[in-house]
Amino acid sequence: MFDQIDLSMVDWARAQFALTAIYHWLFVPLTLGLSFIVAIMETIYVRTGNPEWKKITKFWMLLFGINFAIGVATGIILEFQFGTNWSNYSWFVGDIFGAPLAIEGIMAFFLESTFIAVMFFGWNKVSKGFHLAASWLTAIGANLSALWILVANAWMQNPVGMKFNPDTARNEMINFWEVLFSPMAVNKFLHTISNGYVIASIFVIGISAWFLLHHRHVLTAKRSILVAGIFGIITSLFLAYTGDGSAYTVAQKQPMKLAAMEGLYKGTSGAGLVAVGILTPSKKPGDGKDPFLMKVEIPNMLSILGYRDSKAFVPGVTDLLNGGYKPWFEKIPEEERESTYSVAQKMEKGKLAISALRNYKTASKAGDTILANISRRQLEENFPYFGYGYLTKPESAVPNIPLTFYSFHLMVMLGFYFILLFALVLFFLNRGNLEKQRWLLWLSLWTIPLGYLASQAGWVVAEVGRQPWVIQDLLPTIAAISMIGAGSVKTTFWIFAALFTALLIAEVMIMVRQIKIGPKDGGQK
Amino acid sequence: MSLLALQQYWWVIISLLASLLIFLMFVQGGQTLIYTLGKTEPERKIIVNTLGRKWEFTFTTLVTFGGAFFASFPLFYSTSFGGAYWVWMIILFAFVIQAVSYEFRTKPNNFLGQRTFEVFLLINGALGTILIGAAVSTFFTGSEFVVDKLNLTNLTSPVISRWEGPAHGLEAVLNWRNVTLGLTVFFLARVLGILYILNSVNQEAIAKRGHKQLWINAIPFLVLFLTYVFALLLSNGFAVDPETGRVFMEPFKYWHNLIQMPVVMVLFILGGLLVLHGIFMPLLRFKACASKGIWTAGIGTVLTVFALFLLAGFNHTPYYPSTSDLQSSLTIMNSSSSHYTLIAMSYVSLLVPFVLAYIVYAWWSINRKKITEEEMEEDGHAY
Ligand code: HDD
Ligand code: HEM
Ligand code: HEM
Repeated sequence: MFDQIDLSMVDWARAQFALTAIYHWLFVPLTLGLSFIVAIMETIYVRTGNPEWKKITKFWMLLFGINFAIGVATGIILEFQFGTNWSNYSWFVGDIFGAPLAIEGIMAFFLESTFIAVMFFGWNKVSKGFHLAASWLTAIGANLSALWILVANAWMQNPVGMKFNPDTARNEMINFWEVLFSPMAVNKFLHTISNGYVIASIFVIGISAWFLLHHRHVLTAKRSILVAGIFGIITSLFLAYTGDGSAYTVAQKQPMKLAAMEGLYKGTSGAGLVAVGILTPSKKPGDGKDPFLMKVEIPNMLSILGYRDSKAFVPGVTDLLNGGYKPWFEKIPEEERESTYSVAQKMEKGKLAISALRNYKTASKAGDTILANISRRQLEENFPYFGYGYLTKPESAVPNIPLTFYSFHLMVMLGFYFILLFALVLFFLNRGNLEKQRWLLWLSLWTIPLGYLASQAGWVVAEVGRQPWVIQDLLPTIAAISMIGAGSVKTTFWIFAALFTALLIAEVMIMVRQIKIGPKDGGQK
Repeated sequence: MSLLALQQYWWVIISLLASLLIFLMFVQGGQTLIYTLGKTEPERKIIVNTLGRKWEFTFTTLVTFGGAFFASFPLFYSTSFGGAYWVWMIILFAFVIQAVSYEFRTKPNNFLGQRTFEVFLLINGALGTILIGAAVSTFFTGSEFVVDKLNLTNLTSPVISRWEGPAHGLEAVLNWRNVTLGLTVFFLARVLGILYILNSVNQEAIAKRGHKQLWINAIPFLVLFLTYVFALLLSNGFAVDPETGRVFMEPFKYWHNLIQMPVVMVLFILGGLLVLHGIFMPLLRFKACASKGIWTAGIGTVLTVFALFLLAGFNHTPYYPSTSDLQSSLTIMNSSSSHYTLIAMSYVSLLVPFVLAYIVYAWWSINRKKITEEEMEEDGHAY
């Protein structure tokens, strides 16, 4: 039945989106964090008048500029890709989704790109105060752009504040504030920007550690470490806190993603959190195999994390597939809770909703108001399952479990490791013998790639874990596409891959050279 | 406010953004002249740096134009980007390579070499202007697509907007009128680029070549522009019956639009005159205003493009016509966001004057000094 949807087109479009998003995300977190670190450094310069701080500021600002340019280059593709690759999506939810993108341009990108020019070219043209303000405004602009795109992303994971309009055949916004302030959006924003701050702190510390290892620019390095260390430890604690908040919202809104994150097939009350584990590679839902080859568990922790109650029932993949369990609501006694539907039942309802839409539209066109009204009611009743109607088999409602599971655990482990690292660096800096801890300096340097790894892993959890949905429960990825041949998308995929890789190599080579030149004369050749 | 008023308000905003974008493409135009105006390395460095302080504005305006179009007329976004795939993709590639070129060009160890980044700037300058011009022209000449919302209920093939042409947008450049507008924008951008460089650079040799190039580019621009305008006003246009919503062909439609909307006619003619005036200012070498041509020509460009967009979308005209199926044509009525979203976005649009104000202020504070070799060294940040 489905052979007409060009599945290879869907896969290439997904691959292309993932590729460009991952590349964009290699540069964005540093922009988010380094802009603030630079602004803090410049503030110290303006307060103390000490030219050493100006030198420090200018050095990190130069690296910021190199990274910024390529962040912008990779961002423009993403913006238009919603139209080029996901045109159906752009119509189905454009009424809600377009607004944040537009606001981002008007409110954030202009702020950033205007004041970045002042930051770079204004040292001798504007007053010290205006220059400092420009640096702060650049940082605020960068973080505002993160706000709007993350609101958009959170909305895809948890569509709120809207209603389906059968006349236009799309979802329409009915409450902007609900979209903006949904707990998912707030959490996502805070977790993701603090992720940027942590990466930037690791970056500054790692490079400064390299200077210390080579006995170069010692004063600059230590001062940079002081700023980044304090910024890093505060933000990494906050990162863990908001990470917990993210897991909580996922448990509430996307139970299938949570089950995949934890490799939980059979739900239980008082579920434990897997600290480390190895999955059974051949495991399929319902085959009775033990999902884990080995695992270390923290008892009751998953129930606490997901439902703030150690006794709460956490549904597993099979429960979600088969339905029939009673979802946990602390305040409602079990007898009064309603059982959930199975995925197969949801698919039935989804198909009903879709055919009701068709009947509604044909009846309205023919002027048959009675049939139109009946169909409309049927559509409204079944709309929460609309997207399930496009699925062909219940198992396609399950995301890639190993990828989600390992990414999640990698991210969390690295998160705790970063906190420890910041604490150690600050401890030895305070004792005055950081230079002597060569192991710690090397460790700091090699932690730079780990920061990026944790961050990308986080996005894999968020994006792979929500498959098959582009819009949770309402639109699966297969129905979101454009009608362009797989060949075209494949061609552009490879062009992007080649181009972005070349630009990445250029960026890293320039960056490394500028770091080797060091902050002496402002970093220029 | 009524839905129609909101749709019109947003079409005005889209038109305004488009006209600012075309004006700001002086950066692109300038990029195609780096080697023509700069014969020595230091001269080229001056030109690149002059343009480099402004490229972000053009780029951000393009991005905002896309975002605003998406938010206000999502059906256009999904139909055009998802259908005319290749035109948009090539435009995007041209902008991706621009974004890194200024920052990376002269940095040591830049992997691809200075020359490559200069070629990137050249490609961006040529392809960006010509293809954007051609894409805008399809607002008058039409494209091959069909929109059917009932497809959403077709489980085997749910896509709403479908492109009929196998070239996915590239067929636009087979139409001579589209090519004419593309080249018009290209030469206009070059003219504006020269005027901008004359305005910001203090260097005798560059100014001299600039004056010469101004002629060379102004003449083809004028010829192409007039050709396009005459062809447009004489052509069969697309019209909507306001009662039934049916789309039909109307002879001299855009000419009718012009005379039925006198304000637009005034803007259009005024814009054209200002552009001419801007071009002649430096050529006549009046000392006092020789370097100010960019401002009159710039304002003229904004007014003219603004008027063109109003011609495309107002007065019962589908702004994105379909030649495959007339009834699939997009109008500002049938392709817009909901009332609620347009209202929400209209609140946001109140920020625009504020944004323009700080841009002008920052621009002014950076451009107070003319750009010379010494000036570039001062800040320690040169491209
Ligand atoms: C340095 C990077 C980094 C680190 C150390 C952590 N995170 Fe994270 N995490 C991210 C970077 C990130 C991210 C890239 O910012 C994500 C991707 C999507 C998102 O919303 O944020 C994310 C997503 C994300 C999600 C999925 C949200 C969703 O699907 O919408 C959860 C549940 C957590 N995180 C939880 C945690 C926990 C409990 C951590 C323990 C300390 C943690 N993260 C550390
Ligand atoms: C997939 C959706 C995304 C789209 C469509 C998108 C779009 C863009 C665009 C068009 C630009 C260039 C802006 C300019 O002209 O200056 C950009 C840059 C930027 N984006 Fe994204 N982006 C996406 C994901 C993200 C995410 C998830 C974040 C942050 C959490 C983010 C944060 C930024 C920031 C801070 C910049 C500014 C500078 C830089 O790129 O380094 N973006 N983005
Ligand atoms: C910048 C950080 C991001 C990264 C690294 C990232 C990563 C990914 C990955 C790996 C996929 C492929 C998932 C799969 O097909 O299995 C994907 C798909 C997708 N992501 Fe993201 N994502 C990011 C941000 C965003 C944002 C901010 C949005 C929306 C505002 C977004 C929207 C999408 C869409 C529409 C798809 C394609 C449809 C789908 O496969 O679900 N992504 N992303």
